[in-house]
Amino acid sequence: MSANPPVLETREVTIRFGGLTAVSNFNISVPKGSIVGLIGPNGAGKTTCFNIITGFYKPTQGDVFLEGKRITGLPPHKVCEEGIARTFQNIRLFYNETVLQNVMIGGFVRQKSHWWMPPLLIPSCTREERELRDRAMALLDSVGLGKLAGEISSSLPYGAQRRLEIARALATKPKFLLLDEPAAGMNPQESQELMDFIKRIRTDFDLTILLIEHDMKVVMGVCEHIWVLDYGILIAEGNPEQIRTNPKVIEAYLGEEATQNA
Amino acid sequence: MKTPNKSRDLTLTTAAVGLLLVFLWWANGHLDNYKIQVLNLIAINSILALSLNLIYGFTGMFSLGHAGFMAIGAYVSSLLILPPVQKEMIYILQPLIWPFSVLQAPFFIAVLAGGFAAALLGLIIAIPVLRLGGDYLGIATLGFAEIIRVVFTNLTPITNGALGLKGIPNYANIWWNYGWCLLTLFFLIRLINSNFGNVLKAIRDDEVAARAMGINTFKYRVVSFSIGAFFAGIGGALMASLITTIDPKMFSFLLTFNVLMIVVAGGLGSLTGSIIGSAVITVLLEWLRFVENPIDIGSFHLDGIPGMRMVIFSLLLILIILFRREGIMGMREFSWDSLINRFSRGGEAR
Amino acid sequence: MSLDMFIQHLFNALTLGSLYGLIAIGYTMVYGILRLINFAHGDIFMLGAYFVFFGVTLTKLPWGIAVILAVALSALCGIVIDRIAYRPLRDAPRISALISAIGVSFFIENLGLVVFTGLPKPVYRPDWLVEIITLGNIRILPLALIVPAIAFALVMGLLWIVYKTKPGLAMRSISKDIETTRLMGVSVDKIIALTFGLGSALAAASGIMWALRYPQIHPFMGVFPGFKAFIAAVLGGIGSIQGAMIGGMLLGLIEIMAVAFFPALSGYRDAFAFILLIVILLMKPTGLMGEKLEEKV
Repeated sequence: MSANPPVLETREVTIRFGGLTAVSNFNISVPKGSIVGLIGPNGAGKTTCFNIITGFYKPTQGDVFLEGKRITGLPPHKVCEEGIARTFQNIRLFYNETVLQNVMIGGFVRQKSHWWMPPLLIPSCTREERELRDRAMALLDSVGLGKLAGEISSSLPYGAQRRLEIARALATKPKFLLLDEPAAGMNPQESQELMDFIKRIRTDFDLTILLIEHDMKVVMGVCEHIWVLDYGILIAEGNPEQIRTNPKVIEAYLGEEATQNA
Repeated sequence: MKTPNKSRDLTLTTAAVGLLLVFLWWANGHLDNYKIQVLNLIAINSILALSLNLIYGFTGMFSLGHAGFMAIGAYVSSLLILPPVQKEMIYILQPLIWPFSVLQAPFFIAVLAGGFAAALLGLIIAIPVLRLGGDYLGIATLGFAEIIRVVFTNLTPITNGALGLKGIPNYANIWWNYGWCLLTLFFLIRLINSNFGNVLKAIRDDEVAARAMGINTFKYRVVSFSIGAFFAGIGGALMASLITTIDPKMFSFLLTFNVLMIVVAGGLGSLTGSIIGSAVITVLLEWLRFVENPIDIGSFHLDGIPGMRMVIFSLLLILIILFRREGIMGMREFSWDSLINRFSRGGEAR
Repeated sequence: MSLDMFIQHLFNALTLGSLYGLIAIGYTMVYGILRLINFAHGDIFMLGAYFVFFGVTLTKLPWGIAVILAVALSALCGIVIDRIAYRPLRDAPRISALISAIGVSFFIENLGLVVFTGLPKPVYRPDWLVEIITLGNIRILPLALIVPAIAFALVMGLLWIVYKTKPGLAMRSISKDIETTRLMGVSVDKIIALTFGLGSALAAASGIMWALRYPQIHPFMGVFPGFKAFIAAVLGGIGSIQGAMIGGMLLGLIEIMAVAFFPALSGYRDAFAFILLIVILLMKPTGLMGEKLEEKV
C-alpha cells in the first residue's frame, strides 16, 4: 500500500482545550483510493480529529497535509475548496431547502460566476447554473434520490437523509471524504446497503474515504486499514484482522463496556 | 422537478405586471391624492420590507438598523435633488459645506447614489458586527442606527441638524416608486432563485454545515447585508422625495419596527409575502388612523386618541408572533401553479 | 476644571450610574436565564415612575406607601408580560421572543401615550430632597447621596436573595442549565416569574428615583435609559449582577465626564453608550465575560 502517495497525512497533531489534551500526537497517512477507518470508544477524540482536518479546530501543534500541501489552520471553507468534504455525526442538512437545492449548495464551491450575475441575466452565469442543476440531478440519480429531488429535505426518511448528506458532500467534488458515523441508527440491512454504497462511490467518484464508525461490521466490512483512538492517543493500527485480535483494542473497548455497565 | 409551464408562467407574470401598470395609470388619473399617497407608500414599504427580508428572512441576520440605512439614502438623495439656491435658504443655522452646496443630480441618479451610500455604510458596519450572531447583532445594528441619528442631528453643516430638510422636490410619483419596487423585486427574485440564493438560505439554516460545504459564510453575510442596505437606502430616498420633509427624529427605531412588522406579517423568507405584507400593513396603518381622529356618530362626539394606532399595531405584532409565527406566507412563495390549483380544485392546494 | 466641580460631577455620575445599574440588573438576570433581551424592561422603569406619580397626586397616598405599591405593581407587570408574551415562546426560535419583546415595548409606550397622554408631567418633590447641601464649595442635592445609597442597599438585598436563599439557588441553577434544573423538580416557570418580578421591581425603583432626580415624566422616558442599561449589562458581563452595577456606574461616569470635560460633545451624549457597545463587541466578539458562545460542531 505504499505504492501510492498519501492523500491525507497528519503529523504530530495535538490539540488542547484549556488544560485538557483532547488529541495528542495524531499521525495518520491515508493512501490514495483507500477506504480507511478511525475507531475508538465514545469520547476518544475521533470527531475532534475530523474537526481539525476540516479546519473547524486549529491544532495546538502539528500539521495536516492534503496531497503534500500543508492545510493546517485554513478555515473550513478553504479546506473544502482544497478538496476535503465531510458529513456530520448528527446529520446537518439545510432543512428548509429541497433535496436538489441541498446538492446545488454543495456545488457552489466550484461555481465560477459571481453573486451579482443572476440579477443582471448574464448568459454565462445562466448557463453555469443550468449545468450545475443538471449535474446535481445526475448526482441524485446516481445515489438513488432522483425521485425525491423536489422534496423538502427535512421530510426525508432517516436513511435517505444520510445518503443526501453524502451526495451533498460529493457535489463539492472532493478528493478526500470524511464520513462521521454514517451507519448510526441504521438496521443491519441498511448498513449492508451503506457498505455497498460507500464502496461504489469510491470507484465512481475516484475518492479516498476516512470514516468514523461504531458499527464493527461496517468498519471491518469496508475499511482496508484502521486506526484506533483511545483518550486522544492512537493505540493501534492495522488491517481489520490485526485490529480484531489486538489485545490493546479489546481492552479499550471492554473498559468502555465495563464503565457503561457500572 | 422542472417548472412544468415556464412559458405559461412568464405570460401570466407579464400580464399581471401589465395589469398593475394599467391600474396605476387609472389610479393616477382617478383616485384622490390621499389614496395615491397610500399606493405610493405600499411601493416604498415593499422595497423596505424586501430588503429587510433579504437580510433577516433569507440570510438569518437579525438586523434592527434599517432606519439608519434609510436615513443615509434619504439625506444623500435629498441633498442631490434640492436646487443649490433652495439649499442656501434652508441652511439657516450654518451654511451647507462644499461640495454638497453645489452638487445636483437627476432624480434617478440621486436615488441610486442614496442606495450606494447606504450600501457602503452597510459594508462598513457589516465587517465588525456580522461576527456577532442573533440578538447581539440586533442590538448592535440598532446601536448603529441610533448613532447615525445622533450624528445627523449634530452634523449641522451637512444635514441642517435637528431642523432637517424641507421642500424636497416631490419627484417620487407613482411611476418612480413602482418602477423601483418592480426593479427591486426582479433583482431579488433573480438573486434568491439562483444558487447564490440557495447559499444564503444555507447560511441561515445551518452555518456550520455551510462552512463545511466550502461557503465563505462571513463574506456572503456581508454581501447580503450590503445588498439589503442598498435597497433600504433606495427606499429611504424615495420616501424623502414623497413626503418632501425629513429630519433626524423621523428615522427612529419606530421606522425599523414598522418594516420588521411587515416582514414578519408577510412571512420571513418569502418575497411575495413581503409584498402582500406591505399592502396589508400599509392599508391597515392608514385605516387605523380613524382611531386617532375625532369621530362624530350622530350627536355623540368621540375625541381622537393619540397613540391608539400604535397600541393596536404592536398588539397585532405580538399576536402574530404568538399565534401565527410564519405570517401570511411562511417561507412559501406565490406561484401561478398554486393559484390555478386553488381555483380548479377548490382550495386543496398547499 | 476645579476639584470642587469635579467632585460635583462625580456625584452626578454616581447617581446616574446607580440608576442605570438598577435597570441593568433586570436585563442581566433575564438574559442570564432565558437568553432574551427584554426590550420591555425600560418601559417598566417608566411605569414605576407613573405609578408613584398617580399614587401621590391622584389618590393622595403618603410617599412611602405610594412607592411600595408602585414597585409591587411594576413587579406584577413584569411577571404578567413574561406570562403572556414570553412564556408561550420558550420553545420557539430565540429571535421570536425578542420580536415579541419589541412588540410589548411599543405596546406599553403607546398605551402610556393613550392613558397618560404625551405631555411631559412635572414631578412634585418633597422639599427636603431638593434643598442643596453645601460642603465647603461643593454643592449637591441630597438625592445625589440618597440614590446611590438606596441602590447599594437594593443590590445587597438582591445578592442576598440570589446567593443565600433557595429560590436564589434555583435561579443560578437555571442560568447554568434550564433542562436539568427542571428535571431536578424545580418549578422553572415560577422561578422565572420571580426573576422578572425582582428585575422589574428594581427597574421601577430606578424609575421612581429617576423621576425625582430629573423631575419630569413622559411615556417614552424609559426608551433610552433602557437601551443604555442593556449596554451597561453587556459592559459588565451579561449574567452577572455585580457586573451590571459596575457597568452602569462606568456608563454613568463616561456620559457625565465626557460632557463635563468636552462640552462640545454634549450633542453626542446619547451616542456614547452605543459606540461603547460596538467597541466592546469588537474587542470581545464571542461572549463578553469570556463566556464562549461558539457553536458545537
